[in-house]
Amino acid sequence: MTIPAGLSRAVLRARRDTGFLAAGVLPHLALVPVWAWAAATVARTGNWLLAVSVSAPLVLLGTPVLTAVQRARYRMLIGVDVPRLGAAPERWTWAAIARWLAATRPWRKIGYHLLLGPLLALLELLVLAAAAAGLAGVTGYAWAWALPTRIRPDRFGYLTQLPVCTVGGILLLCALPWTARAAARAEARLASGLLGPSQAQRLQERVDQLAVSRTDLIEAVDAERRRIERDLHDGTQQRLVSLAVNLGLAIATRPDLPSDAREVIEKAHLEAKEAIAELDDLVRGLHPAVLEDRGLDAALSGLAARTPLPVRLRVTLDERVAPKVESVAYFVISEALTNATKHANAMRAEVTVRQVGEVLRVRVTDDGLGGADASSGSGLTGLAKRVGSLDGAFRVSSPVGGPTTITAELPCAR
Amino acid sequence: MRAVIAEDSVLLRVGLIKVLEAGGFEVVAEAGDAEGLLAAVAEHQPELALIDVRMPPSFTDEGVRAAMEIRRRWPGTPVVLLSQYVEERYAADLLSANTSGVGYLLKQRVADVADFVAAVRRVADGGTALDPQVIAQLLLRRDSDPLARLTPRERDVLGLMAEGRSNAGISQSLVISESAVAKHINNIFAKLDLPVADADHRRVLAVLRFLGASRA
Repeated sequence: MTIPAGLSRAVLRARRDTGFLAAGVLPHLALVPVWAWAAATVARTGNWLLAVSVSAPLVLLGTPVLTAVQRARYRMLIGVDVPRLGAAPERWTWAAIARWLAATRPWRKIGYHLLLGPLLALLELLVLAAAAAGLAGVTGYAWAWALPTRIRPDRFGYLTQLPVCTVGGILLLCALPWTARAAARAEARLASGLLGPSQAQRLQERVDQLAVSRTDLIEAVDAERRRIERDLHDGTQQRLVSLAVNLGLAIATRPDLPSDAREVIEKAHLEAKEAIAELDDLVRGLHPAVLEDRGLDAALSGLAARTPLPVRLRVTLDERVAPKVESVAYFVISEALTNATKHANAMRAEVTVRQVGEVLRVRVTDDGLGGADASSGSGLTGLAKRVGSLDGAFRVSSPVGGPTTITAELPCAR
Repeated sequence: MRAVIAEDSVLLRVGLIKVLEAGGFEVVAEAGDAEGLLAAVAEHQPELALIDVRMPPSFTDEGVRAAMEIRRRWPGTPVVLLSQYVEERYAADLLSANTSGVGYLLKQRVADVADFVAAVRRVADGGTALDPQVIAQLLLRRDSDPLARLTPRERDVLGLMAEGRSNAGISQSLVISESAVAKHINNIFAKLDLPVADADHRRVLAVLRFLGASRA
């Protein structure tokens, strides 16, 4: 006979949840003796001072310990992670202590252990009692069977009571997975609300995490571009140059070649040189080595000189900006110049890069056809995204008939 | 003429050696990085060092720095830098000290063997060979003031002059007579108020100084 999967899952879950609830009873009741004693002392002697001076430190010392116990219970028994609050400050200045206290929200924790704890313990005990009663009811016949036969008739009506007990027990046990689950969930929610971070703290933390991961991502992408650039430079480009050199040597050193062979070699030579030029442009667009080495200003002169239209270049930088900013600025200008050449039929372009305070302002203007649209999934969309990845502002002004002006403002606070 | 080659790509090194040998040079040593290059130059005192700009370990401007080191320790050693991309900043570094016996060319120029050999010879004889692309970058940097007074033709001549071409070379390249070239050059000097120097490559020196390549 096989047990249906659903049933075995429910049994396992109910066992896990009831175990979790059972483990909560003691820590939830831990502070009861403290305040019970304090209340009793006050009632007996009226000595407020003694009651408070003994119980308050106990509560204050007990709170972090109990919080750790609860956190472990949630994590280990039902896999709910109640995040820690406010790492301890590195230097204990008054301001740091104040910040730490504000971040750890101690009142809520004390409230949880002191006031809510007993109520939760009550709830846990109720569920456990229901489970125990269910088990007892279901096994009613076994209990009855264990009684000596002589006594059984004396228990009047046990034949009618036993089925009722059994059915009741079955019902209680059937309901147990849901009740235990509901109780565990309610507890988890309360705990993360009172022991964990507030919604605002949680969002703040998430934003911080996202900012860090975004930065990491940008840097990883840049590193990847550099790696590809280096691999192409050290491999394919050298191989192509070598090919062109060998063909050039063949042409230069073998004047005795038949004219048709010479023609073929010359054609191949030309093709190889064109391939080199194309690949150079492509690879340089990935991440020019000079950008890393000498900065934006140096890299832009190469870019502008290789653009097949006259480019006016004005770069005013106080100092080098962060590599990721340099890289995005270079990419914006490179793409804008490519667009001006390829799509806009521009006759001339102008590039200005200025650092104004903590913002790097990049502007590329061309006198082409205009009508460029950053929302149509063109290269401009990619630019807008890359600028956005640094929290920069990106604007395109391109009326039909031109001129087109692309502006990017990149925050570059050191 | 004895030459030393520094190039990390073994494949290309073989080609470079063949090209130099075809041009009548004798390659006495080859190196894969700046350290090996300096050792080779110290040992052989060559009449030419042909250096790749990007070499291990950092693959940025090792070659430029090695070239400047060579010029510092063994003044007068002609150096030719080769690079997949030519950058005006590297040219500026290289030319800031001295413009005689200096070359800086795109790697792919090696494929045009005859021209390349001619350029290398020019450098070995104490001349200059700069890639047109460097000149273009330098001109771009100086799109202002006196240069704006030049006619397009004069700018062409200036560019070729900066590459280190002779009057004959310029006349061939632009398909004009040598006397026309001389006239253009005189006009350029006049418009740019250039001082008259006394060496043969004073033109290049002056032009480059004007182009701002000598900004340290």
